[in-house]
Amino acid sequence: MSFGIEVENLSLDYGDTRALDDMSFTIPSGTIVGLLGRNGSGKTSLVSVLAAFRRGSSGEVRVDGQDPFENAEIMANTCLIREGGDVADNERVSSVIDFAARHRLNWDAALADRLLDRFKLPRKKRVKSLSRGMRSALGVVLGMASRAPLTIFDEVHLGMDAPSRYAFYEELLNDYLEHPRTVILSTHLIEEVASLFEDVLIIDHGGVVMHEPTEDVRERGVAITGPIEAVDRFCEGMTVLNRQQLGGSGQVTTFGTMTDDRRREAKAAGLELGPVPLQDLFVHLTKDKEDRS
Amino acid sequence: MFDDYSPIYRQIAERIKADIMSGALAEDTQVMSTNEYAATYRINPATAAKGLRELLDEGILYKRRGIGMFVSPDARSRLRGDHRGRFFTDVVDPMIKEARTIGIPLTDVVDHIHKAETGENS
Repeated sequence: MSFGIEVENLSLDYGDTRALDDMSFTIPSGTIVGLLGRNGSGKTSLVSVLAAFRRGSSGEVRVDGQDPFENAEIMANTCLIREGGDVADNERVSSVIDFAARHRLNWDAALADRLLDRFKLPRKKRVKSLSRGMRSALGVVLGMASRAPLTIFDEVHLGMDAPSRYAFYEELLNDYLEHPRTVILSTHLIEEVASLFEDVLIIDHGGVVMHEPTEDVRERGVAITGPIEAVDRFCEGMTVLNRQQLGGSGQVTTFGTMTDDRRREAKAAGLELGPVPLQDLFVHLTKDKEDRS
Repeated sequence: MFDDYSPIYRQIAERIKADIMSGALAEDTQVMSTNEYAATYRINPATAAKGLRELLDEGILYKRRGIGMFVSPDARSRLRGDHRGRFFTDVVDPMIKEARTIGIPLTDVVDHIHKAETGENS
């Protein structure tokens, strides 16, 4: 089972502060989506509404076709893991796991056991004595073993070292291949996990900047390098995300479809075309107006 | 495995093509499934599927219902033909340009090629 999501004109206010501003998007059921945004962009507010931890101020949210707020069936099948795992400090790791096992409909105890071993989580220790990385790993175990039709990891990797993060990505992908479900993963470590995302949802200032297949985004980012006048002439009319000049030569990062004809044209003009890392595209797309060059 | 930047589905398609041209993937042999590609290269299965679909559309691979995807019988000769067609623009022209930039007379390049033909280079 797997839940699709529809969001229409969703806004969320905290008093005078607008956290989400008229958001609309659709997440097809059974996809892994990367939720990318700067600090304070509204990522955590958004996932809190999707998981029915709070209700939007206006607009509509439908998970599996229904309003998730105070909807027992949807909530039981939605698993949001936030930074720190939302677990009680005084509990032991084993009782945190037992609690989840009792309440999660699709709990896979064997998977939980294997992951506890893989992340070397001490079952008898109390949560408060765990390091930040271990606590995050416990969150990962809870989120993975729940096998919820909608699983959301919000910055769950914080404090985890690189080998543990890579173990998480590997386990997530392998389990997803066997048990496809909707997964939303918010992260700042874009490059190391981007190959797992079918789509990326980029938000900024509470609004949607871009929501597209990851491969399309990658394909549209092009870095053009060469003599600066030739580069500028070629880029006229294109969406320019960044421009750097070094003496007579320069590089411009553009975003848009590049046809084969245009590629040949660039080659003939002595320009080099290269790919742009997704993380760089993200940085350019969410740059503050005053930072734009 | 992959460079991190260009579309991964393209890199998958290119790798399969290279394996077919070199003979590492023989004609009428089965290629890995979408999920096998996803697990092996740690990529989203939709991405792997896109790479394979591109090769299906080009006729490099064909599908046997319920079994999987296979290398087309004429795939190798077609790919080699395509690459022969692009060899002079993609390989020789940049080489000439490079030789000019660094000041190697083209006659030296031609001599070198002649020697390769007669086996004197090795």
